[in-house]
Order: sequence, then structure tokens, then C-alpha cells
Amino acid sequence: MMTEEKKPLIRLRNIKKSFGGVVAVNDLAFDLLEGEVLGLIGPNGAGKTTIVNTITGFTRPDAGEIFFREKKLTGLPPYKIAELGVTRTFQIVRPYPSLRAYKSLIVPLWSQRARRFAGSRGGDRDAVAIDLLEEVGFERDAYVPYKLASALPLGYLKRLELARCLALRPEVIICDEVFSGLSMSEIASMVPLVERLRRKGVTLLMIEHRLRELFSVADRVVVIDFGVKIAEGKPEQVMQDKKVRRAYLGEELEL
Amino acid sequence: MADEERRRERLDRGIKARTGGLYAVNSWREIGYLLAPRAGLVLVLLVAPLVVPGLYWQRVLCFAAVYALLAISFDFLAERVGLVCIGGAFMIGVGGYISGSLNYYLGLPAALTIPIGTLGGAVVCTLFWLPCLPLRGIYFAVVTFMFPFLATSIILATGLFRGTEGLSPVAGFPNAWVGIYLIMVVVLVSIFALRRLCGEDIGLVFAGVKDNDQAVLASAVNITRVKVYALFIATLIGCFAGAYISHFSGFVGVSLFAVDFTIMPIAAAIMGGPGSIAGPALGAFILAPLSEALRGFGQLRVVLYCVVLVAFILFKPEGLLNWATRKYHQFEHWVKV
Amino acid sequence: MDVIVYGLVNGMTFFLMAVGFSFVYGISRLPNFAHGALYVVTGFITWSFIENAGLPFWLSILISLIIVSLAGMAIYRFIMIRVRGMPISEIIVSFAIALAILEGLRLQGIGGFKGFIGPGYVLPPFYDGVVATSWLMIDMHRLLIIVVGVLILGCTWLFTHYHRIGLALKAMAQHERAALMIGINSDRMALVALAIGSALAGIAAIAIMPLGNVNVESGYHVLTHAIAVCVIGGLGSWAGTLLAALVLGLGTTIMSAFGGTMWNNVLIFGLIIFILIVRPSGLLGKQKELEERV
Repeated sequence: MMTEEKKPLIRLRNIKKSFGGVVAVNDLAFDLLEGEVLGLIGPNGAGKTTIVNTITGFTRPDAGEIFFREKKLTGLPPYKIAELGVTRTFQIVRPYPSLRAYKSLIVPLWSQRARRFAGSRGGDRDAVAIDLLEEVGFERDAYVPYKLASALPLGYLKRLELARCLALRPEVIICDEVFSGLSMSEIASMVPLVERLRRKGVTLLMIEHRLRELFSVADRVVVIDFGVKIAEGKPEQVMQDKKVRRAYLGEELEL
Repeated sequence: MADEERRRERLDRGIKARTGGLYAVNSWREIGYLLAPRAGLVLVLLVAPLVVPGLYWQRVLCFAAVYALLAISFDFLAERVGLVCIGGAFMIGVGGYISGSLNYYLGLPAALTIPIGTLGGAVVCTLFWLPCLPLRGIYFAVVTFMFPFLATSIILATGLFRGTEGLSPVAGFPNAWVGIYLIMVVVLVSIFALRRLCGEDIGLVFAGVKDNDQAVLASAVNITRVKVYALFIATLIGCFAGAYISHFSGFVGVSLFAVDFTIMPIAAAIMGGPGSIAGPALGAFILAPLSEALRGFGQLRVVLYCVVLVAFILFKPEGLLNWATRKYHQFEHWVKV
Repeated sequence: MDVIVYGLVNGMTFFLMAVGFSFVYGISRLPNFAHGALYVVTGFITWSFIENAGLPFWLSILISLIIVSLAGMAIYRFIMIRVRGMPISEIIVSFAIALAILEGLRLQGIGGFKGFIGPGYVLPPFYDGVVATSWLMIDMHRLLIIVVGVLILGCTWLFTHYHRIGLALKAMAQHERAALMIGINSDRMALVALAIGSALAGIAAIAIMPLGNVNVESGYHVLTHAIAVCVIGGLGSWAGTLLAALVLGLGTTIMSAFGGTMWNNVLIFGLIIFILIVRPSGLLGKQKELEERV
């Protein structure tokens, strides 16, 4: 079985970020290869969301650089980074309280990037929005897409977040804990959605706590602890790594 | 024995449910239900100038309309876009000075100065407030509040535009009726146009900016540009009001930057129904004549606005029009729990 | 040379005007736009006690400070408490209260109440006398303002750093959630903050008003100047407030000496706007960037 050499799509180099004396990320570097699903895991407070914020422009790193293809991302405002095709979901989903579910998608569809890709169908954003919702698994015929976004259960809200990214025809989606807070059945239907996204050619960087589900979709995994990368590689390899076990489970007792 | 608990239950009226979407054109009754408030608004504003007793009250109506425009502008920015701009007086002053000085120095007629004042004023105000846009909530509010004072102090210090004396006389309208109906029509157009705008796609982006700007940023939308659009629209309305006043009162001076033009529209907006665009106009048409009627009591008027404002914020934040809308669309009764 | 001394006095005046506002905002994040109104009210109450009731000077001051403290607390307890947490509403409501009070003081003819209009209301200075040296001519009261200012600065600093309540207030200012968790009652602290802040406004009134007269316009002046100092110096920083006060004081004095008093306001408002755009946290402020800008 031939595996082709994948090109790095996003490269992080020497990223450092502190918040008033607390070092959140310390000299971090890794690559996100094109077409892969990369998991980013680590114990709580390891700095994972900070990394996402730095990549997508919501925080400026104190040092280091991030490249998307050959373009430098560090220093760009968040909307420009999304414009390039690097999108993210939010860990705590806050839907627009006054808008219905499908109307929330009008916002990304209104952006420059969506308009560029829209072509002749550009005029009818409502129809495109409904299509997008169907793609992420909202049942088309039921009333669900027309409900107020704030009235939807969490599983649908997470899908709405993914739909928001898909509206931009992204190259990369950074998923900030899409599986968290969901019931077992909701997760069971999210995993195939992630698979579908990968097959569409979207590169995924997934921050997760639910390791079992993540490992069933991820090609590679990067482990972070205290803002430093402690391991990288295939899921099975990484879980054997002593440092990783120590980070999650604590020191082994010498009895 | 447990106490009987009651709670209030609100149900949409049947006719409201029937008028959703296309079904609205099903019967005359339903069309009437939807049309009545809007037609009522149009009728009242167009007929009022004919009905009020005498020239004095017509002038009061015009001033009320000016305040209504400012209240609409404030409400649009604050409740639909999330930009709390307490600089109404600045818009009036800029619009008024541009329009008034075009007439005073160059002799241009009102038909020209008002459009130029409106458009030019909007450009000036938007440019001045552009660097303030990245600021959040309270900082943006405080900084816009300071602009009228800065403008006043510069004019007084430099004597520009004849400083404390102001520019006078400024030509009026060719015909009193033109003056009245011009502003009534503009008020009506503003209300309907803004409400329509908020339903369009860009209106949804405004709502997004107000609700969750981080998500909008992550959706590849340049928030500052969106805010500029909203600000431009709002300043068009505010500067028109200023240009109108300069011709209506025949005088242009630093009194155009008075705090009264800032506070009163806010009181009107909060009392009238924040968020509904038409509510603030209603509030202005109630407060302005009321304060005129109390002119004999001197400064009591200002005390009145303030008491009304505080009372509504504390006890009835939904405002008059929203309350009325709710009553129109829903009926409520007590239900035993 | 005397420009510098007058500038210093002016700076201290700015500081006294601002310290009440800065205290309340720094501790409970409440922008108390009724600050100017409380200032003026103290002046009028003190005047009334001295002239109409014939009370001795120091007693009048004491009673009016107590009254204005209670007034500030009442404003919080009955009105502001309901809009706590919504900063725009807090500004609008407190400004509306201020307007109602200030314009109310101008009312005439309601139930025989003659409004406070006109230049006739004067408060006596602390000490009548003039200091005249070879290069300087200045009245004692102005010098005493500097003393009062330093005393206030010292007291508030000591209070927030060493006294139990002061430390609690500082805790509230730094991290409200954490303070709530260890049992510090946010509302009670806000009441204390407002009581002290109003008293500080009152002290400022008593110190500054003898320089001119007691009038309603000064209510608006004080508010604008207080905001100017706090914004320019940075919210949450004593050093910043003092620095900004001195900068503004010296700046306006120099400007008056060379350009005429008209430009003072241009300087003040221009600086406020400039700082808000360029560095919203002020010269020495400690507010997080993320809170200010999108």
C-alpha cells in the first residue's frame, strides 16, 4: 500500500505565549499535513485552546511564526485568516440568540470568501444555508433548521458550528472539542460526519478529550503538556509513550 | 396542603400564527391585521400636522420629529448593531453647520444644502468615529459622548463659523408645509427602510456583530467594515436632522451641539421600546410635546426626562411599543401550576 | 516660575475632583456619573448650614459630608443596584440622576423653593491669607489644597493597602468572582465604595469651591474633568490618576498663561479622545487589552 508524501499545510515554529507570568505555550512546533486528521491532546490547562487562538489570529503569540502554505499567519486579524481558508469552531458554542438556525449561516455566507465561491447561486443564501445544514446532518424535512438557534440541543449546535465553517469552503477546520458535552448517541453520529469531512478533502485539526472517538478518526496525534509538545506520532505509538502516560495519569508509584 | 401557584402563560393569537409567511394574504382579515399598525403609523404622522391647533404646535411637531430621527438612529446602532453611540449632538452639529454655512456663506438654497449637509455630514462623522470603532462598549460610548464637547470648545476657541455668535439668518423653507412634510416623510421612510434593512442579509450580519462578534470574525467577516456601513447609515439620518434644523430654526450655533440632543433621544428610545426602531420615534413624539407643555416650569422638563428615563430602565425596560406589540400579538392569562 | 506652582495647585485640584470617581470605578466598576452632582450638592448643603442655620464651619462640613455619603449610598441601594452589570445602562442611569439633581437645583417657584442660581453663594476658605515671596504671590488656601490632596492620596493608599475593608475592596477590584467566593459581599462593598467616593467628592467640593463660588455648572465641569483624569491616567491605577491630574493641571495652566482660557477645553477633550483611541487603558492603566478592543 503506497502512502504518498503529504505536504505540510500549516507549520508552527517556536511558538511562545504567556499570560501575565503564566507560560501557556512554550517553544512549540508541529506540522499539520494536507488532507490528514491530526489530533491535539493533553491534560486540562495544557494550552491547547491557546494554540488554536494563536493559529486563527485571536491571540498574538509572544514569539514564533505560523505558516499556511507559504503565507505567514502570525499578525493577521482573525477574519483574514478565515478568509484564507483556515477556520475554527468554538469550544463553548454561543449561537446568535436572535437568529434562527439556518439564518445564522447567512453571516459566513455573506463574507468575501463565500461570495467568491458562490458563483451563480450566490443570490439565494437561504437555500444554500439549508443545503449546508443538511450536509452536516440536520433533517431537512423536519422543522429543525427553522428553530431559533438558541433552542437547539448541544449536538445540533456543534453541527451548526461545523456548518458555519463549511460555509466558507475551508481548507482547514480546527475543531475545538466538538465531541465534548455530547451524549453517547450524539457522538456516535458525529464520528461519521468527521469522516465525511475528511473525504471531502478538508484537513482537520481536532482538539479533544474523548480519546477513544478521536483515535478512531485521527491519522496522527500530538500530545501537549504545560505548553510543550511531549509526543507526536500515530495514536497507538503515542499512548505507549511513558511521558504521555505520566502526563495523564500521574507519576507511577514505587511501592 | 401546598399553596396553589399560578404563573402567567402567554400564547400567540391565532391570527398571528396564521399570518406567518405566505399565508398572510389568505384573507382580508389577516392582511388587515398585519397592515393596521403600519397604516396607522403612516396615517398618524401624515395627518397630525393638519390636525394640531396652530402654528406653534406644528413647530413642536417638527422638533419632535427631529428628536425622533435621532432616537431612531441611536436605537438602530445600539440595539441592532451593538454600537452604543452617545454622540447624537455631534451629528446634529455637523449636519447643521455644513448645511447652514453653505447657505450663509454661499447662498445655496435649502434644496441643495440639505442633501449636501446630510451626505457630507455623514462622511465627516463616520470618518471621525472610524478610529473609535475597534473600541468595546463603554469606551466607544464615552468617546462618542466627548465629541460634541470637543467641537464646541474648538469653535469657541478659534471663532470659526463666527464662534459664539453663530450664523444667522439661515434661509428657511419656501413654504411652511414643505418643511413639515419633509421631515415627516423622512421619519416614515427611515423607520420602514431600517426595519427592512435589518431583515436583509446584511441586517443579519449586524445582529451577529451585536450578539457574538468573535463568531462573526471567525466567519471571515471584517467587523470594522460592517460597523462602518452601519455607522454611515445612522449618521445619514442624524446629519439630515441637523441640516433640517439649521433651516427650520434659521440659526446655526454651538447650541446645536447641546447635550439635550443627546439625552432626549436616549430617553425617548428607552421609553418608546428599544430595538423596535418605531418605538423610539413614538417616544420622541410623546416626550417632546410633553416637555413643551411643561415649558412654564423651566428646568422641570429636564428633570422630567431623567425621571422617565430612570423609571423605564428600572421598571419597564421593554418600553412602550414592545409592550404594545406583545399585547397585539399575544394574549395572556394566569394558569394554575 | 509661578506658573509651575499654580500648575501644581491646579493639578491637585484635578486630582481631588477625580479621586472620588476613580475610587468608585476602581473598586466596583461602577461609572458613577452622578459624581459631579454630589460635588455640587455638598457645596450647597454646606452653604445652607453656614448661612441659613448658622452652624460653625467645621460642623457644617462634617454634617454635609455625612449627608452626601448617605446620598451616594442611597443612589446605589435603590437605583444603581438594579442596573449593575450593564455598563451602558449604569452610565445612562447615573447621568440621568445627575441631570435631575443638577437641573433640579435650578428650579424656581415650586412650592416656594427658590433655585440656586446666581453668583451669590460662596464658601469660606480654610485660612484667609496670602503668601508673598519675591517671585510668588499665592493665597494660603491654594497651598492648602496641595496639602489636602496629598493627605487624601496618603489616606486612600493606606486604606486600600492595610485596613481590612480597604483590602477587601481591592480584592473586589482585582477579581470579583474570587472575592465573592471567599465571602466578600459585592453589593455591600459597592455601598462602602460609593459612600467613600461620595465623601471624597464632598471633600473636593469643600476644598475647591472657596476658590470661586458654588454654582450648578461646576457639576458638569467636575464630571468631565474627573472622566478626563481617569481616562488619561488609566483606570485602576493611583499613580496614573495622580500623573494625569498633574499633566492636565500643568497643561491647562500653561495654556491659560500663553493662549487664553478658551483652549483649555480643547486640550482636555482632545486628550480624552486621543487617549481613548490610541491607548484606551490610559497612560498607566492596567485594564486588559482584550477587554477594550474587538
